[in-house]
Amino acid sequence: MFVKPKMLATSVLALSLATTTAWAEDIKMGAIAVLEGAFAVLGEDSMRGVEMALEEFGYSAGGKSIELIKQSSDASPDSAVRGARKLVEQDGVQILVGPLSGSEGIAIKDYSKTQPDVTFVNGSSGAQDTTLREPSENFFRFNTEGAQWMAGLGEYVYNEKGYRSLAVVSEDYSFPYTQVFGFLEPFCRLGGSAPQDARFYVPIGNKDYSSVIAALPDEVDAIYVALGGADAVNFLTQYEQAGGDLPLIGGSITVDQTVLGSKGRTREFVIGTPSAGPISDTWDDPRWQAFVATYKEMFPDGFPSPSLFAHAYYINTKAALLALDEVGGDVSDGGAKMREVLAALEFETPTGMVKLDERRQAIGSIFLTEVVEGPDGNLLNKTIKVTENVNQTLGVPYEKFLEYGAVSRENPACE
Amino acid sequence: MTTPRSYLGQIQPGWWVLAAFLLVYPWFATNFFTYQIGGYTLILGMIALSLMVLAGYGGMVSLAQITVAGVAAYTLPIFGENSVGVLGLGWPEWVLYPFAILIAAVFSTLVGLISVRTEGIYTIMITLAIAVSFFFFARQNYALFNGFQGFSGVDAPSFWGIYWRDPMPFYYLCLACAAFFFCATVYGARSTFGLTLQAIRDNPRRMGALGYNVTAHRVYAFFLAGLIAGTAGVLLVLFNGRVSPGTIGVDIAIDILVIAVVGGLRHPIGPFLGALAFVLLENFAIDLIDRERFNTVIGMAFLLVVFFSPDGLIGLWQKAAAKMRRRDNHGAKPTVKSTGEETQADLA
Repeated sequence: MFVKPKMLATSVLALSLATTTAWAEDIKMGAIAVLEGAFAVLGEDSMRGVEMALEEFGYSAGGKSIELIKQSSDASPDSAVRGARKLVEQDGVQILVGPLSGSEGIAIKDYSKTQPDVTFVNGSSGAQDTTLREPSENFFRFNTEGAQWMAGLGEYVYNEKGYRSLAVVSEDYSFPYTQVFGFLEPFCRLGGSAPQDARFYVPIGNKDYSSVIAALPDEVDAIYVALGGADAVNFLTQYEQAGGDLPLIGGSITVDQTVLGSKGRTREFVIGTPSAGPISDTWDDPRWQAFVATYKEMFPDGFPSPSLFAHAYYINTKAALLALDEVGGDVSDGGAKMREVLAALEFETPTGMVKLDERRQAIGSIFLTEVVEGPDGNLLNKTIKVTENVNQTLGVPYEKFLEYGAVSRENPACE
Repeated sequence: MTTPRSYLGQIQPGWWVLAAFLLVYPWFATNFFTYQIGGYTLILGMIALSLMVLAGYGGMVSLAQITVAGVAAYTLPIFGENSVGVLGLGWPEWVLYPFAILIAAVFSTLVGLISVRTEGIYTIMITLAIAVSFFFFARQNYALFNGFQGFSGVDAPSFWGIYWRDPMPFYYLCLACAAFFFCATVYGARSTFGLTLQAIRDNPRRMGALGYNVTAHRVYAFFLAGLIAGTAGVLLVLFNGRVSPGTIGVDIAIDILVIAVVGGLRHPIGPFLGALAFVLLENFAIDLIDRERFNTVIGMAFLLVVFFSPDGLIGLWQKAAAKMRRRDNHGAKPTVKSTGEETQADLA
């Protein structure tokens, strides 16, 4: 009864010791994304982004070859930290790329404080507090986050569309809160309103929206919808069937291919819906077009166009590789030199220039898009405007931005 | 003086070897193996042990054991310290930990009161319903549980000059708790209460006719299991430094059931074996196989164990041991064969 665990443990121990010594010369990079459960498809696309960046550098930087070790989490912060701990403490990675979702990001940031000799670059996680409050010295985020993604949308719907009062339908967790905040903050500063009793928060995976639709007020000008994937499809279908006729405004993951590719009357219904995000599928800029072409060539069985997850993992991995190149692959000092380079790094991504602020958070470009019918009858997101140099505090000073408070259901009050 | 010695003398030498191995394990294991493999195995093992106590001795399969652990885990940041600025009443640790375990045990008792009058699959359904509703309640409630985000920044205590989240102290802390509850379970199973509970499992109607209060015994078993799961919950939140609805999700509740079943429900060592297999697979399956398919490996491994041995890993071991004994006996004195097998079955 007692021999089994002992033998198992010792054999695994011996195995792991053997692998540690064999690759001592190279640089080890860990990548963590959600490869199981509901987000697995997005996690796989994230890994494509990592592979694209590594392929671009021929799996070497600064004269050293790079070994990639992948790890999966199940989208919960606990499993992300367990995965990171395995990569860092067992596999001995010097650089860790990830994670995918917001709460995981905060947990990994906390963990990074206990591992000062490892360089952490974000994957695609977009929670505000990962870098805004209590940032970690060795955690870098080269992608923009949920509130930044909404840049320009609030002003656009107030000034161009003329909306003054809105209802909100959103999933009930931190990422949509961040989006609601990023959208409403400028909208309300201009004089718009989104009353608390017109904000509806539903659990992820909600199927039946009839109670929400029945409670939607008539006197609002439009509905801001921060739902993702199947949730968005379900809400839009049911709202359309219930005879709803208010115009819509979309979050960054609301009007994506799952909605645009759907059949039936929902199609016509979403035409004209504005939204904003870190990428725009149809941007005609050569940098983006080249990125899409490479993606399609490398992954014929991937998405029709790289998702924002592939994009975020790509630019974060690329940043790490650029910094490694600059220091000649020397991380013998626990990566201190490399992190100095990272903090000052400024480079060209498929979506324009990216640089970091003093809390190691990206300042980058945001795309304002609107759903239009393409020449072949397909719906697509047309790029209306590109806002460059969007920072995390949305243009106001850091101290003033902190006074707005943490994102939540009620923030901003906006009566 | 003679009584304890003779009692200790009954323990087979194998157990002493196991105890010695577990004690010296962190001296040669890396920090990762001490903390994430060792510590986490013992924590999951304890939660599964609480299920084994209910299912193995009481015949009540409860899927709410991770919820009970979660109640203790949430009690720590709510009444103690956290870094998210919601509640955090700052109680001292020596009050906080026993209080958290007690709250969990009381919660477990309530689960027991609700579910003991049901049998078999209905117990599973009721406890599953409790687990699911607690999960969603914690995820939607912001005033008490801080919703989706949960609590982070739960620090481990440091006293006697030791910081208890360092791998070696944390491992020994888990080992001490696990060893205590393991021995308590072994002892308790042979106590009057334990034997009564097992008799109730086998024939509740007859025990009722004999004058035993069937419901009270079952509810008390839930209380005891709550103490085990609550302690594991406190260790779990110290291990992660955080607790969120993801910690107590339905998938984790199923994991606990898998651990208990794969390990074996017939002996308290089973849950720990199951937890070890689970933690090793969870951590290393991804290194053995295509990254996109590692969950299939985990599933297949558990399927094979249950397929070849309905009693889990313990059953596999006992089968192998019985076969070896039979081979030995075959040469020497073939007539004793049957008695050897009987004692084996009795022990289990």
